[in-house]
Amino acid sequence: MADTKYTQEHEWLRVDGDVGTIGITQYAQEQLGDVVFVDVPQAGRKVAKGEACAVVESVKAASDIYAPVSGEVVEANAALADTPGDVNAEPMGKGWFFKIKLSDKGELSGLMDEAAYNDFVKSLG
Amino acid sequence: MRYLPLTPTDRRDMLATIGTKSVDELFRDVPASARLPGKVSGLPDHLGELEVERAFQDFAAKNVSPSTAPFFIGAGAYRHHVPSTVDYMIQRGEFLTSYTPYQPEITQGTLQYLFEFQTQVSLLTGMEVANASMYDGSTGASEAVLMANRITRRTKALISGGLHPHYRAIIETTAHWQGYSAVTAKADSGGLEELIAKVDKETSCVVVQNPSFFGHVRDFTKLAAACHAAGALLIVVVTEVVSLGLIKPPGEMGADIVVCEGQSIGNGLGFGGPYVGLFATRDKYVRQMPGRLVGETVDADGKRGFVLTLSTREQHIRREKATSNICTNAGLCALAFTVHLTLLGEAGFRRLAELNHAKASELADRVAAVPGVKLLNDSFFNEFTVRLPKPAAPVVEALADRRILAGVPVSRLIPDDPSVDNLLLLAATETATEAGMGPLIAGLKEVL
Repeated sequence: MADTKYTQEHEWLRVDGDVGTIGITQYAQEQLGDVVFVDVPQAGRKVAKGEACAVVESVKAASDIYAPVSGEVVEANAALADTPGDVNAEPMGKGWFFKIKLSDKGELSGLMDEAAYNDFVKSLG
Repeated sequence: MRYLPLTPTDRRDMLATIGTKSVDELFRDVPASARLPGKVSGLPDHLGELEVERAFQDFAAKNVSPSTAPFFIGAGAYRHHVPSTVDYMIQRGEFLTSYTPYQPEITQGTLQYLFEFQTQVSLLTGMEVANASMYDGSTGASEAVLMANRITRRTKALISGGLHPHYRAIIETTAHWQGYSAVTAKADSGGLEELIAKVDKETSCVVVQNPSFFGHVRDFTKLAAACHAAGALLIVVVTEVVSLGLIKPPGEMGADIVVCEGQSIGNGLGFGGPYVGLFATRDKYVRQMPGRLVGETVDADGKRGFVLTLSTREQHIRREKATSNICTNAGLCALAFTVHLTLLGEAGFRRLAELNHAKASELADRVAAVPGVKLLNDSFFNEFTVRLPKPAAPVVEALADRRILAGVPVSRLIPDDPSVDNLLLLAATETATEAGMGPLIAGLKEVL
């Protein structure tokens, strides 16, 4: 998955054309524990890189999800309302959160690739 | 800890240290016109404890209190009989001295009564979920508008002219500082307000009251449908919770959020507070609900127990992103509510409501028969509005001089609208008697 990028906030971003799909990583879902609720942004919302735009709630905590890149939300994963456990089961598959139409592909160069992210997770101990 | 008063030497030393000659000099920035020259007239100089008690008893005797006079005041706070059992129960140390549970599960008794309170509120309002109470009805109403704004992601609230003016004022204050708009309709003294046409795609919610401030009872089923068609929520406020013993609950009308003032059950008038706010909503909105929520569960041994649940909405976890800044509740007042309602039971609560309506119907008939007085309500519960042939405020004052508390002149709560000057709000609860109604009617005939 060469086209998948990662953030230090433990989000992943998979780019297809000018649309990026966003979710949280395997490491993030393990740290959170059982996810019980996900609040995703509405389609049409414009978000800036680093802006809090979703919430993931587990039995342990509620955490904000930040936009890894700037753009417009084009779709949110409505299925998570009924099956938030998808985030634990398949964090990088059907547990995705929302899709953004990128406004500046240049922002991608600031994100980590898989190897860099794996090193980053290792560095957290 | 000992209390050590300052000696004249202490004062002199402190003044010398800061370079001031006298204590009075410290107040020189306060304009002379705002300062008190000498003593308050009529207030005795310092006295011994016994003398102070006598002096204040004399002052207190100048008040006309609800229990010592014919009493027909309502307008958001109602005098009901509270059984002495309620006071006994809430004064138990386990309840009286406990604070909001920050290590909640250790106080199972508190959680259990709050769970029972929530259950009662859900049943009364016809809603799916209720929280562990708000401070009072009016602040609960403003929290309801904030909640509707979060859910709809809109910022325009439409406020009925039938909503209590104090509730409206609190919503407007919150609106000002939270940066949303509250569009308020004109005072609806006739109960004929039509809000449906005013609901549009920018409306986050419509706030109505039932019975209205003027006492009218309405069915908001059509308004609820219109709100939902436009993507807005319907918030129904109830200031007299006893009315729910007879009137169709807001939940059955399609309300999305119901807020009540719970004072009438278990809580005395108490000079206006503390009271208790009831707050209920639909299951699907529970994560946007303010306040605490107690849930029922089982422990490791399978035994019934109670927990605080969905706390991730709350301030101690979500910080500035919490659904509300409310971090405590009117716990003891909520307990009083729960104990009183439990004593009444379902049948007793309905009987209490019937008695209230019967007393108010009798009062309405007798007041409307006084020459020049016109009843404005086609429907009411235990409170109604009449139009007098002259301004109501001086009439109420004249009757108060005769030690009769004849209701609330509408101009007292809506001072800027001359069209309400002659309107008088009268309430009769189960506490009303012939010994009170007789003098009221005779007094009205004399004064008008």
